[in-house]
Amino acid sequence: MELELRGITKRFGSLVANDHIDLAVAPGEIRGLLGENGAGKTTLMNVLYGLVQPDEGEILVDGKQVTIHSPKDAINAKIGMVHQHFMLVPVFTVAENVALGVEQQRKLKIGSLPGIPTGLLDRGRARRQVIELSERYGLQVNPDVRIEDLPVGVQQRVEIIKALLRQASVLILDEPTAVLTPGETEDLFRVMRELREGGRSIVFISHKLKEVQTIADKITVIRRGKVVGERPPSTSDAELAALMVGRPVELKVSKEPAKPADVVLEVTDLTVAGAAGLAAAGQDSRNSVDGVSFQVRAGEILGIAGVQGNGQTELCEALMGLLPSGGQVRLDGKDISRATPHDRLRSGISYIPEDRREDGLVSDFSVADNLVLDLYDRKPFASGIAMDLPAIRANARTLTTEFDVRTSSIDATVGTLSGGNQQKVILAREVGRRVRLLLASQPTRGLDVGSIEFVHRRIIEERDQGVAVIIVSSELDEIYALADRIAVMYEGQITGFRPPSVPVTELGLLMAGVRNGAAADPAGSDGNPDDGPPGGGSAGRTEPT
Amino acid sequence: MTAIVAAVRAPIVANRRLIAAVTFVAFGLIDILIFGLFSHKGDATFAFSLFGAKVTVPSLHVPARPVTYALGIASVLIGVARATVTESKLLKRLSIAAVLLFFVLAMLLWSDTGSWADGIPINVITLMQGTLAASIPLILGALAGCMGERSGVINIAIEGQLLLGAFTAAVVASAVGVLWLGLLSGSLAGGLIGAMLALFAIRFLVDQIILGVVINLLISGLTGYLYDRLLVPDANTYNNASTFSTVKIPVLGDIPVIGPIFFDSTIFLYITYAAIILVQVGLFSTRWGLRVRAVGEHPSAADTVGINVLGIRYRNLILGGMLAGIGGAYLTIGSVGTFSKDMSSGLGYIALAAMIFGRWTPLGATLAALLFGFTTALGSFLGSITVPISPFILGMAPYVATIIAVAGLVGRVRAPAADGKPYLRE
Repeated sequence: MELELRGITKRFGSLVANDHIDLAVAPGEIRGLLGENGAGKTTLMNVLYGLVQPDEGEILVDGKQVTIHSPKDAINAKIGMVHQHFMLVPVFTVAENVALGVEQQRKLKIGSLPGIPTGLLDRGRARRQVIELSERYGLQVNPDVRIEDLPVGVQQRVEIIKALLRQASVLILDEPTAVLTPGETEDLFRVMRELREGGRSIVFISHKLKEVQTIADKITVIRRGKVVGERPPSTSDAELAALMVGRPVELKVSKEPAKPADVVLEVTDLTVAGAAGLAAAGQDSRNSVDGVSFQVRAGEILGIAGVQGNGQTELCEALMGLLPSGGQVRLDGKDISRATPHDRLRSGISYIPEDRREDGLVSDFSVADNLVLDLYDRKPFASGIAMDLPAIRANARTLTTEFDVRTSSIDATVGTLSGGNQQKVILAREVGRRVRLLLASQPTRGLDVGSIEFVHRRIIEERDQGVAVIIVSSELDEIYALADRIAVMYEGQITGFRPPSVPVTELGLLMAGVRNGAAADPAGSDGNPDDGPPGGGSAGRTEPT
Repeated sequence: MTAIVAAVRAPIVANRRLIAAVTFVAFGLIDILIFGLFSHKGDATFAFSLFGAKVTVPSLHVPARPVTYALGIASVLIGVARATVTESKLLKRLSIAAVLLFFVLAMLLWSDTGSWADGIPINVITLMQGTLAASIPLILGALAGCMGERSGVINIAIEGQLLLGAFTAAVVASAVGVLWLGLLSGSLAGGLIGAMLALFAIRFLVDQIILGVVINLLISGLTGYLYDRLLVPDANTYNNASTFSTVKIPVLGDIPVIGPIFFDSTIFLYITYAAIILVQVGLFSTRWGLRVRAVGEHPSAADTVGINVLGIRYRNLILGGMLAGIGGAYLTIGSVGTFSKDMSSGLGYIALAAMIFGRWTPLGATLAALLFGFTTALGSFLGSITVPISPFILGMAPYVATIIAVAGLVGRVRAPAADGKPYLRE
């Protein structure tokens, strides 16, 4: 099936999300759709899937114009979509999710009469369909398991099976690799190639250059709602990145080798219980952080890699005292295991939470107020019970200039700022004071390349000034760009410490929980989490980068 | 300070089992220390036949004090077992049921051997008939709640649906003189409130809790006003309905004990049976149910496979409202025949509690509603044999027991994930 979009335009208020986009995908083609967050990729695909109505433009299937007002129309036009956030009902089984919307009824057979529909679900048939499709395309999945009990990689397979059952000829995959380990990504690519062999077209949406180059037959780059170019997959990184951002970009922030000094943070056997509610229901009694030990020295960056949801969030919150935990946390030799978040901030930890809108900022407060959220109650921003407003404003003016926060005024509510500028506000607040340890969780998630550069540069500057830094990120590129030492988390445990020279495949295995399958670490002592990091740390740092 | 914070935040995982065990033991101790020690000598009598029944079943005579002690000890043992052994889900639920049952039996044994009882037997059939009669509006209301919440809309307006159903049924049945029209119009009145709830919750995104409470107040005010201005001055025309007579089901109705309890009642009980089965099977075994639950759990997942999310929500609220309307009609043309001000008296809220207690399943909600219904019937029985306890305390005790049961014995309940959240495409 040939799919063509002509002049698709979609406006949200004054924002033009899609500006006369043309796109034609041939049968049996994998088309990469490359663009930064907010470039309009997802909006375009939502238009195609009937979730958003375009203001202008038309969609053609095999040369004939079709109107798509709802997902139902899209399904009828043989368009299938795997959303970035899976559209699966967590409490349903795989078979129920696949059958939803195209359910078969059990029929009552009396003699030779045609079956009478009973209105009852034919669960057996749904199971058989799932088994059949999963065998045909090598998408292993058990039809009787509940979605909530499946790892995300398998959930994604269920989404693909859903689309295949509806006979999709064009499959849209929206940022499908964001939640996958490198190994699972390889697996997905294998399935995609198999589907291409079968004559299906695939639109692969991503902001990761390497993946698009690997899998796509042709790459379309979108910037600010416009198609800015079509390139073959052989195009260089630099050219694609420049197209995507609109100016030449430094893909990797340059940094000097680390000069680690004394141990700042020492974590011993940190354990956080699994989600209380789940455990009470007897569903999941695993610890979300399970006996984690490591050290971080002044002037080094420890990168914690791992697929989302393997305990990184809980680790950070436990380090900040936001979650109750067992084990010991020592900052500069002082035991802070029982300290409140307030006391931990005071003792010199700064924290960039992964969800900046929820945990990092008060959206309805002004930029100036957000910049003193952690220091509002002490000099120079307060005297007695009164806030010192002029001091707060002066502080805001200094920091917004220093950190290049683009805002109409320091009194603007922080919720009105772009994601990149919001992150700069947090960064300014957290590193604007003197700290010993910087704990940054997913510090560049959802930011444009320009902001990523800025945030990375500031984090490295902090390191160079002798701050101990922990970066938690599920983006391996970010880990490689920043870390002086890499720890990998899987199911609440650290599966290994590696120097930044470690190959991706080895990290991928660690991220999937394989401890010993990985090639021997050249530094020797680095890979054993039971030994703790001291030896590993120093060994890792001597590795050439 | 930090220690307190840590203690408060410490997961309650381990304690859950302990809380249940302590509750069981507490019930057992009440059985022994209150009903056992204060019981009088002699036998309690349980009767299983109605006066004048064709086939009579012999009454059961139970020595009160030893049996009460035995029941109490059994409860304590169940509590100890709960604390020490890891039990399966089924066993946990059975032990909850057993402890509650023992408690009620102990209470009955104590009450029937007192001097006040004067040899009146405990008539099990009357007690169960009373239970079912009190449960009908609760069950239908709880089913209405299930219909709404399974599709993702909270229905606090069950109370209003019951009240308007009761009012409309009484007025129509009186004015027109046809009971069936009363039933139909009562049902439609409930459906109308369902439609109103749906419109404001789905189309105008009004907070569903506030909306439900406002509707209840509106209906209370509206029916109260009309009652004063219309029903009181002209009671013969507007508030003088007859009631449905009982229909005995052939064969089934003649079974001793079971027959008179379950198969010799008004049409309302039979409608309730049908509604329970339809909603239970519908929700969990049909295409409709799969879609409804998908809409209540993850509406965008349903939307992206071509299911009309809002359509399902409208339909469910209206159908659920019609069920609650029938429950309301029962209050007038199914039992007393006349409407009185605010006669639903919180039944809608109890139905809501039954739905939650029953974990959003029709069968569970029915069992919970029966429990509430039983407490009502038990209260009136104890009142009728003039137990030396204030009638106010009697009226309250079953509810207190229920609160303890819910707080201590019901584990984590999970509402449909999208319950109460309006659905909007981004």
